[in-house]
Amino acid sequence: MGLDDRQIERYQRHLLLKEIGGPGQQKLSDAKVLLIGVGGLGHPVAQYLVAAGIGTLGLVDDDVVSLSNLQRQTLFSETDIGHSKVAVATKALNRLNPHVNIVAHERRVDADNIAGLIADYNVVVDGSDNFATRFIINDACYEHRKILISGAVGRFDGQVSCFKAWLSDAEGTPLPCYRSLVPEAPETQEDCATTGIIGALTGVIGSLMAVEVIKEITGAGDSMAGRLLIYDGLSGAMRTVKLNWDPKNPNNGKQD
Amino acid sequence: MKVQINGEMRDFEAPMSVLQLLTVMNLPSQKIAVELNLEIVPKSAYHSQMVAASDRIEIVHFIGGG
Repeated sequence: MGLDDRQIERYQRHLLLKEIGGPGQQKLSDAKVLLIGVGGLGHPVAQYLVAAGIGTLGLVDDDVVSLSNLQRQTLFSETDIGHSKVAVATKALNRLNPHVNIVAHERRVDADNIAGLIADYNVVVDGSDNFATRFIINDACYEHRKILISGAVGRFDGQVSCFKAWLSDAEGTPLPCYRSLVPEAPETQEDCATTGIIGALTGVIGSLMAVEVIKEITGAGDSMAGRLLIYDGLSGAMRTVKLNWDPKNPNNGKQD
Repeated sequence: MKVQINGEMRDFEAPMSVLQLLTVMNLPSQKIAVELNLEIVPKSAYHSQMVAASDRIEIVHFIGGG
């Protein structure tokens, strides 16, 4: 199915890019992305993927909008307080691009429901706010071979990576997964509610995650798999470091 | 030997592993990753990975917020 005149105009800036073009735009419209967490990271991810013309975007969150969300969750307004995040975001995203199929999953991710949630999707985006959920998502994406774009924020800091640990690099070493970076959850809960977060920083990291999703779907550029992007907002510096598979990692299929 | 940690030059006695560095600096390994010359050191290699003079090390804090 080709693009109609309205779609050609809507996605014109994508079509101009040699890395995207018509074939890339078609891949985007065929793609199914699951976004877990409709919070600070989830908003820019959802907005840019929907604007980009992704085929299907699933939204997973069981929370309701609160006043303290509005400092960074830009799809919400004061009249939305108390309403389901997923429901409010679905309505706003439908207005942004009615061609995108938004699927609402008003629930909290747990070890029992994760496999069912991710089954219909090609790419999973982790914008959750706690380590326990991050491990559940990582493990399921590894087991079911779903590309995982993972982002995290805290205070003035942000991190982005892509995990597909069922694949190996050119030397035959498995690619890392989330547990290669964070082997086990730290005892202290390091979420935004306890540590604080610059609202705009979630925009920076969420936008980077959306770029990586688009790259994975279209094949443009270099995957972040095996690398970790670190943004230090206080110093205004960004760097990308190598992230290696850890042989002690239980989620890469091989153990010492 | 002089090592750069989080942008600051620090003096340590060689030889020193990453594990020993964390102990000397009293850093909680459960909350951080160690970046050595732009590469995250796998946790299982902390005892075997040695730190050399002029190495550039960054302590990367785990963050889980969304």
